[in-house]
Amino acid sequence: MWLNQSCLEGEVEMWLNQSCLKIDTASVLDEDCSLSETFFKRTATDEQCIEMYKHMVQGRIFDGIALKFQRQGKIKTYPPIRGQEAAQVGSAYALNSNDWIYPSYRDIAASFVHGMPIDKFFCYTMGKMAGQHLTDLSIFPIQIVIGAQFLHAVGGAWASKYKGEDSVSVAYMGDGGTSEGDFHEALNFAGVYKLPVVFFIQNNQWAISNPIHKQTASQSIAQKALAYGITGIRVDGNDVLAVYEATKLAIEKAKNGEPVLIEAVTFRQGPHTTADDPTKYRDQAEVEEWLTNDPIERMKKFIITTGLWDERQEEELLNDCEEIVLKAYEKALTIEKTTIPKVLRATYETMPQNLVRQLQQRGEV
Amino acid sequence: MMEMTIVQAINTCLSQAMENDETILCLGEDIGKNGGVFRVTDGLMERFGERRVVDTPIAESAIIGAAVGLATRGLKPIAEIQFLGFIYEAMDQMVGQAARLRSRTEGTVTVPLVVRAPYGGGIHAPELHSDSLEALFLHSPGLKVVMPSTPSDAKGLLAAAIKDPDPVLFLEPLKLYRTIKEEVQEEYYEVPIGKAAIVQEGEHVTIVTYGPCVVTVKQAVAQLQEQGVSVEIIDLRTIAPIDYGTIIQSVDKTGRLVVVHEAAKTGGVGAEIAAVIAENCMYAMHAPILRVTGYDTPFPVSSIEAEWMPTVTRIVSAVQNVMKE
Ligand SMILES: Cc1ncc(C[n+]2csc(CCOP(=O)(O)OP(=O)(O)O)c2C)c(N)n1
Ligand SMILES: [Mg+2]
Repeated sequence: MWLNQSCLEGEVEMWLNQSCLKIDTASVLDEDCSLSETFFKRTATDEQCIEMYKHMVQGRIFDGIALKFQRQGKIKTYPPIRGQEAAQVGSAYALNSNDWIYPSYRDIAASFVHGMPIDKFFCYTMGKMAGQHLTDLSIFPIQIVIGAQFLHAVGGAWASKYKGEDSVSVAYMGDGGTSEGDFHEALNFAGVYKLPVVFFIQNNQWAISNPIHKQTASQSIAQKALAYGITGIRVDGNDVLAVYEATKLAIEKAKNGEPVLIEAVTFRQGPHTTADDPTKYRDQAEVEEWLTNDPIERMKKFIITTGLWDERQEEELLNDCEEIVLKAYEKALTIEKTTIPKVLRATYETMPQNLVRQLQQRGEV
Repeated sequence: MMEMTIVQAINTCLSQAMENDETILCLGEDIGKNGGVFRVTDGLMERFGERRVVDTPIAESAIIGAAVGLATRGLKPIAEIQFLGFIYEAMDQMVGQAARLRSRTEGTVTVPLVVRAPYGGGIHAPELHSDSLEALFLHSPGLKVVMPSTPSDAKGLLAAAIKDPDPVLFLEPLKLYRTIKEEVQEEYYEVPIGKAAIVQEGEHVTIVTYGPCVVTVKQAVAQLQEQGVSVEIIDLRTIAPIDYGTIIQSVDKTGRLVVVHEAAKTGGVGAEIAAVIAENCMYAMHAPILRVTGYDTPFPVSSIEAEWMPTVTRIVSAVQNVMKE
């Protein structure tokens, strides 16, 4: 299950290539959505299972409303998370509140789990700068530039180690991001300095229109860890319990100076963003196939068959989630708008003369 | 002639160029099957195949760096950076490598490379998708920087960029991609790099601008005309090298200059133009030179972008100010 340097010992021959590696996809829920402990022992309690399920549903309800709001012009460009709820929730749920996350634009459910109020994200998509005030929650500002956050997480983890804090940094990225130099430089630093960092990749099969097989010739993303002397693991990203267990174990390792790269295998069910038209580049058949492996449906089946959940509770949950999102939107509306003077003042701690003049020219000083 | 948007003009140019020259290949993120996120390269992969229209992994430094390698070995790569704000990833390859190979080798290695990228605000895009970074490249000797504002200039300048023996950064105003249409010559033609256009002749004030601001300036000038102010509008079209002659001649005539661009003010193209005019036209001037630009901040959140970018009101009032003298 864990990919590390020892996977390359033994019968390895002179040439190192893909065949030297056997890569599993670790799961907890089997095909029938019942428990299998081939890879992990389930440590999540029944209550935790329900809580994770609720977070996933909250993410999905948010997603649906956000899409609707974007079409209505209430918010700007939105990157849907549908299909990736287990990967995001399972990973973030394994963290403590003093652990840091370094999210990309799509890691909305992970950020919610780590404490980001929903109204903050609405602010972000409405062009209100308050949407990026997140550091008191140990959430780094949402990253747009593919890959950059991996290096920030490395620095953050380094700071934790330096200060002797009991905190791990978890950086989120997509499969496409693993092609950027920043990804490789981050893994290398983490390995060299043995930092308490977990790199969490959601391999959702697509980077806008580019499928994973055109992104990399590696048979997995997890194996990329080996090149940097760190540990990798490939986990079923649509199995919230597997993601949770893998992240929990990875955090333990990271805290012992063994950084981990997690590849969560999942699928982007929707468009890249509201500005994208996936019919241009991918087959509906592929989408249909993945819809049969929906992360929420799988977990729901598990908690219903084990008697932890029923349809009445489900209905209540859906209503609650919707209400929470609508209230958050109302709150976002009341949050102070960003203005040009605010932006001018925000550029430096002390306003330099050029900005002072630019404020004066607007008649505002 | 055929009516075209900037998107169609660029697409047509790419297609014609590739038809005529087997050494041309396009590479970039999502440019193939998807036809580019703005559909600028739509249909090219179908027409020319995956060998010549290449969807790359997400790696800007690799896109431009590999294009340098291709260009120095007899091919003509046309690389796309999905948004200009992401060219930061490739800054060394662009400025440290592509721009310098000719001078480092005294011309034994040259880089006939075109890098295309959309830039600028106005479409409520997410953070870092609206940056106007041209001044960084104006300050990087060895590069040419082309910034058309109309479909026919876009088509002709791209053709010239493709023929150019040096690396050319071809910047596309995304706000204007589909908002203006005009009659464009269907046959392949070139518009020379380094030559500004006098969009409108005038007597009292010269406005020097380029890219998306050309449209805003035209609107402002329409208002000023009603107030009896005669404005000469110069569209630079190329910001590196700058067409000094056309600007100097115009300001010698009008004695007043306003420069308008969307990028931040300090260290921008406007500063360069103002310096050139101060060096050459000092005694012809009736009024101080003014700049109407973006503010000295990173491009802001979309909710206030319209106010951050030069507005008709700010341009009109700058012209009125120089007319007081
Ligand atoms: C440096 C950089 N290059 C390009 C882009 C444009 N872009 C935004 S998202 C994206 C695809 C990312 O794919 P992936 O990493 O798989 O994440 P996903 O969107 O699937 O979550 C691209 C190319 C960007 N934001 N930053
Ligand atoms: Mg992806």
